[in-house]
Amino acid sequence: MSTTVYVPGDAAALALGADDVAAAIAINAAKSGLKMRIVRNGSRGLFWLEPLVEVDTGQGRIAYGPVTASDVPGLFAANFAAGGKHRLRLGNIETVPYLANQQRVTMRRVGVIDPRSLEEYLAHGGGKGLALARKLAPAAIVQQVTDSGLRGRGGAAFPAGIKWKTVLGTASAQKYIVCNADEGDSGTFADRMLMEGDPYCLIEGMAIAGLAVGATKGYIYVRSEYPHAVAALNAALDAAGDWLGDFHIEVRKAAGAYVCGEETALLESIEGKRGIVRSKPPLPAISGLFGQPTVINNVITLASVPDILAQGAAFYHDLGVGRSRGTLPFQLAGNIKFGGLIEVPFGCTLRELLYDYGGGSRSGRPLRTVQVGGPLGAYLPESQFDTVLDYEAFAAIGAVLGHGGIVAFDDTVDMAKQARYAMKFCALESCGKCTPCRIGSTRGVEVIDRIRAGAPEQIPLLRDLCDTMTLGSMCAMGSMTPYPVLSALNHFPEDFQ
Amino acid sequence: MISTLNAIFGKHLHQSGSLLPILHDIQHELGYVPDEAVPLIAKELNLSRAEVHGVITYYHHFRQTPPAKHIVYVCCAEACQANGSEALAEHAAARLQHGDIAMEPVYCLGLCSIGPAIQIDETTLHARVTPERFDSLIAALGERS
Repeated sequence: MSTTVYVPGDAAALALGADDVAAAIAINAAKSGLKMRIVRNGSRGLFWLEPLVEVDTGQGRIAYGPVTASDVPGLFAANFAAGGKHRLRLGNIETVPYLANQQRVTMRRVGVIDPRSLEEYLAHGGGKGLALARKLAPAAIVQQVTDSGLRGRGGAAFPAGIKWKTVLGTASAQKYIVCNADEGDSGTFADRMLMEGDPYCLIEGMAIAGLAVGATKGYIYVRSEYPHAVAALNAALDAAGDWLGDFHIEVRKAAGAYVCGEETALLESIEGKRGIVRSKPPLPAISGLFGQPTVINNVITLASVPDILAQGAAFYHDLGVGRSRGTLPFQLAGNIKFGGLIEVPFGCTLRELLYDYGGGSRSGRPLRTVQVGGPLGAYLPESQFDTVLDYEAFAAIGAVLGHGGIVAFDDTVDMAKQARYAMKFCALESCGKCTPCRIGSTRGVEVIDRIRAGAPEQIPLLRDLCDTMTLGSMCAMGSMTPYPVLSALNHFPEDFQ
Repeated sequence: MISTLNAIFGKHLHQSGSLLPILHDIQHELGYVPDEAVPLIAKELNLSRAEVHGVITYYHHFRQTPPAKHIVYVCCAEACQANGSEALAEHAAARLQHGDIAMEPVYCLGLCSIGPAIQIDETTLHARVTPERFDSLIAALGERS
């Protein structure tokens, strides 16, 4: 009988040597005459343990990690195929507290199944949502999504059901479903993990959206920095056969423009143009891709839909707090000891994620700040670490949850430098359509340079500039760059002296 | 070049908004998008040369000149900054000043828990890269090529 061994093919695992580990396992298995089936699964998201090798022992999946290629002969000597004792043995992976304490819904199959196998996807509960949706009227599908309380996971947190309802109610011969997989925010990787580890979940969500609004064509716009995700999606689509019926999906590779994560710039880019932000209205739901009604949602939003259909809107709505319903896959990144993916219902605190899961800084120095929500998110000081992870609670302190990325910094960080970087990044990535963003960002870098060189009288000018950018920019790029800048200035004024 | 372009056009012309897929394929085949290709793409897609040029120059990913033999992308975004990517980028820029390996900054490879991260050429990723490790990766790259 052959033993199934899991060696992640996730980009993060690859970056830590997973291919070498898989090759070493294959060679050693051949040498010792053992029959082994090596599955390249996604990552469980416990990155300090990658490459994380799991063995299906029949009594749960026993994990070993972090494994390097040079550890492999030792694993064979320890008979790891039967779950043998070894210094890297972690026991049943499902019982590791970091994972056991989470409540994985959207990400529950990531790291578990073979992402290339539709059969395994269906065997692990996939496909039920689509099967149910096929029996429902479009308005009933939209109602389920509305009732679940699902809000856009890309960062704007707009209710998905309302967006879908608008598209459903707009008559057109051709409508589109567009998945925004331009996950450009530093500190975020949930979209990447899902696309690489459970691509069929996203594909199913898009097909359900198609049924809900009457669209037959979908696009997944994936950033070019994610070649492994592009490959995983294309492989999954090629192997999907007739599972999707007459819904057709095309993967489109982006070309390295951060602003294309803004939905209208993204639509321009798919149309083959420069990714320049459009004026709204009209909303994409009314006039979107190629001028047609378009549902445009983030990866995690669409990937949450299959379970909402399969398990019912109430199941999803029962999780979370306030107006933030369901779960969010938080991504713990930067200078953190145990970085990774933590999917929990809304409502726990930042401190719990940073210390109970994250274990504090990787450097061993005190954490000084975290930036939540990507390059356009605010820097939070330690005094705000007890903020509840909920869209409204974050808005109340002048911050954003965004896509759930949390980047930790220790006490060596220079906040004036981080503020300068925020302006610099905006200058680099601005699409150039509106003046506050295009010119304001460059002036912002200059003003911060003067402040850092010892001109505190320029601080009111910086505040004034941020005000102009916030109120005058066309999209989040310019209007939210002041979040990191002002939060750094307000919470860490000593760094600007 | 003409036959390469024609094959790429044939593959993509049925797609709506096919300019980006065409440019990606050209860069994949030739390493960059040559100036001579611009009028041909424009004619094929019924666009002006200015429109094609505008798209090529708008996106960071597209190159208008032949690339170095290898490109090392160093992530310079916040999560990697928190783990010392700035020092790594400075080290990399100094180390690769001369020779056939170029360094380019990249803003997030999605490896934010295990930075600093780098990518070598199109798909090879490395995490927790110290300056010393960087040097050994570059040395290995030199031996391979």
